[in-house]
Amino acid sequence: MKMPLSAMIGLAVSGAIFLAAILAPLIAPYGMAEIVGDVWEPASSAHWLGTDNIGRDLLTRLIYGGRTTIFIAMLATALSFSLGSFLGVTAAVIGGWVDQVMSRLVDLMMAIPSLIFALVVLSVMPVTLPVLIIVMGLLDSTRVFRLARAVAVDINVMDFVEAARLRGEGRIWIIFREILPNALSPLVAELGLRFIFAVLFLSTLSFLGLGVQPPASDWGGMVKENKDGIVFGINAALYPAAAISILAISVNLVADWVLNRTSDLKGGRGG
Amino acid sequence: MADLLLDIRNLHIEATVQAPGERPHDIVIVDDVSLSLEKGRVLGLIGESGAGKSTIGLATMGYGRGAIRLSGEVWLNGRNILDGGLRELRRLRGREVTYVSQSAAASFNPAKRLMEQIIEAGLEHGVGSRRELARRAVQLFDALGLPDPENFGLRYPHQVSGGQLQRAMTVMALVPEPDMIVFDEPTTALDVTTQIDVLAAIKKAIRETGVAAMYITHDLAVVAQVSDDIMVLRNGRMVERGTTDEIINSPREEYTRALVSVRSIEHDEKGLTDTPVLSTHNISARYGKGAQVLDDVSVDLHPGQTLAIVGESGSGKSTLARVITGLLPPISGEVSFQGRRLSPALSGRSKDDLRQLQMIYQMADVAMNPRQTVGTIIGRPLEFYFGLRGRARRARVLELLDDIEMGPEFIDRYPAELSGGQKQRVCIARALAAKPSVIICDEVTSALDPLVADGILKLLLRLQEREDVAYLFITHDLATVRAIADSIAVMYRGALVRYGPKSEVLSPPFDDYTDLLLASVPEMKIGWLEEVLSRRRMESAGN
Repeated sequence: MKMPLSAMIGLAVSGAIFLAAILAPLIAPYGMAEIVGDVWEPASSAHWLGTDNIGRDLLTRLIYGGRTTIFIAMLATALSFSLGSFLGVTAAVIGGWVDQVMSRLVDLMMAIPSLIFALVVLSVMPVTLPVLIIVMGLLDSTRVFRLARAVAVDINVMDFVEAARLRGEGRIWIIFREILPNALSPLVAELGLRFIFAVLFLSTLSFLGLGVQPPASDWGGMVKENKDGIVFGINAALYPAAAISILAISVNLVADWVLNRTSDLKGGRGG
Repeated sequence: MADLLLDIRNLHIEATVQAPGERPHDIVIVDDVSLSLEKGRVLGLIGESGAGKSTIGLATMGYGRGAIRLSGEVWLNGRNILDGGLRELRRLRGREVTYVSQSAAASFNPAKRLMEQIIEAGLEHGVGSRRELARRAVQLFDALGLPDPENFGLRYPHQVSGGQLQRAMTVMALVPEPDMIVFDEPTTALDVTTQIDVLAAIKKAIRETGVAAMYITHDLAVVAQVSDDIMVLRNGRMVERGTTDEIINSPREEYTRALVSVRSIEHDEKGLTDTPVLSTHNISARYGKGAQVLDDVSVDLHPGQTLAIVGESGSGKSTLARVITGLLPPISGEVSFQGRRLSPALSGRSKDDLRQLQMIYQMADVAMNPRQTVGTIIGRPLEFYFGLRGRARRARVLELLDDIEMGPEFIDRYPAELSGGQKQRVCIARALAAKPSVIICDEVTSALDPLVADGILKLLLRLQEREDVAYLFITHDLATVRAIADSIAVMYRGALVRYGPKSEVLSPPFDDYTDLLLASVPEMKIGWLEEVLSRRRMESAGN
């Protein structure tokens, strides 16, 4: 099938950002925490984007920041995804009180605004990378749980699942072989969106000082470090902000296309 | 011809479809069809699914579903409506031509009273005042035998039965006094006993108002009762056209002959054996805390034979299947298999019990996982019950494919790439793969075209002969029952009304319900409807 222009742009841009993140040590002109110039130097041939609030190269920080941001967001999404979809489908397949307990527990977690929840947890826990990833992943898995359960409940009542039950198949087969493959389309599209939310969530946490800790750089943290410059007409804080939105938009374009494509894939549900 | 109402010339309809992973391409839905209809006549359009009959019906109103392209000429009342433009079409739809769809239940707005919807088109076109139209509707309610005609229109769609709703829709089509009505499978979704009333009502309405009609259906026996002429369509092309008498009694084309002689399978009843393979003893069941749906049902199925469970929707026949398979434990009674008691719940049954009892569903498309290939679908029971893997499994799958008359090339296909009949065959192979002694067939042919259904029934009979498997055959279609059953159980509202060997059940004296059921199955005979109705009148006069 032909790829629409929007998806191509999205794929190219997000591909470039991911590549830059992976190859950060090779392409970054300076060291990540290296102080190479004056405070808030303007753009020059030596420092393409200028320097930051303590004289580190902004382009270098941006590249390394992307690496941290994407790494954490990806792991958190992967965690929320595997956990949320497995538990969601399980709740739908088992049903009864197991489903009730799990669903109400998720309701309870969703009733608390996730940012406040995260802030409370992170302020009492040591803010290390694993803790950050687990907290973000767990909070996000409630959303995935909801979606996975809703999709699986529909599939669970179809005749082919009943046929598998009558054959005597166990729950594991029914979850992984009968239901999950058919629930994948909406879940994969959700994956893209969840990743973006994870990026935004992490940036928010870092901006508030409870995310990635200095001297490591990430985009939210960079906005925080350089925000005071805006008053003096220095736009150092705008570069990481722009990076966040460009990544968000381009991944979204790809996710949209995936959703369109998989929802009418050969043999897809309703296709 | 002075009274020519509708004249379709060289109608050609095509659409662009895009299969996933392929370039968009054009398909022809209707290819060069010409037909004409005079005032007051009824033309039956008949064909299998995909024959283009509904598309032609809609084209008489200049309407095409989705992005389809119409070309050719549709002359209605002396003008080509395809030239007219949207305003012209809007003036004609619901005024000169009206439409009765298959599913009245889905076509009525559930939030509005019937009367409001029935007179809507007439009001819109200025046929009369609200009061005049309502009066006409009430007269028609009366004529079509709807209960309490004065107040019938005050009800909401959910407050009337399916058959009544279909008649209300006929009234809706008649209220604007159209020149022509398109009936698109108006009785297909109804039970046979309801169908007969609706057919009688439609026929009466056509005769009394003198409206012309196009009657679209896949059931030749039904169309023979109402139409003057019949046109047979296949794959968007005309096969044959003639008067009803010509088509039914002396069809010229081979395809028409096949349609007329469908369901002519002969099957001799087998004698009962000593021990049934499967029995239900005094089964009663209900869903949750709801009303009882099965009441004291006891039937026996003998090895290698077919027991048909017959009944209308709501008679509890599918519930019986759920009880037997263990999906719904009964509130009393038990199921025994080969002389021993089966656990009432699925979870209490051994793997071998499950293997012995297989099931084939009505809707083959949802009975197969769309993400598994035919090879996996048929192969999984082999692996699960017999531990076959790799090459041995593949060889057995190919054997089974051969048994269901499908080639080895199907092994890697997905269900979406199969036709309706092929899908049902794969489901049969999946059931056979377990080497069961009993297969429960739940309306396995109802969703299929008559010729395809015939093929499936023949296949089932042949496999029964060879594998000595017993069928519990659930259906509402008495013609199917005649074709394949050895014993018959007639169910009504959850209870058995008649049960025994086929020859006994289908021979008089009948109880009232079986009599009604048997008399309601349309016969491929002109004038059958009148016969049945006059016999009923005589009976009620006699009482």
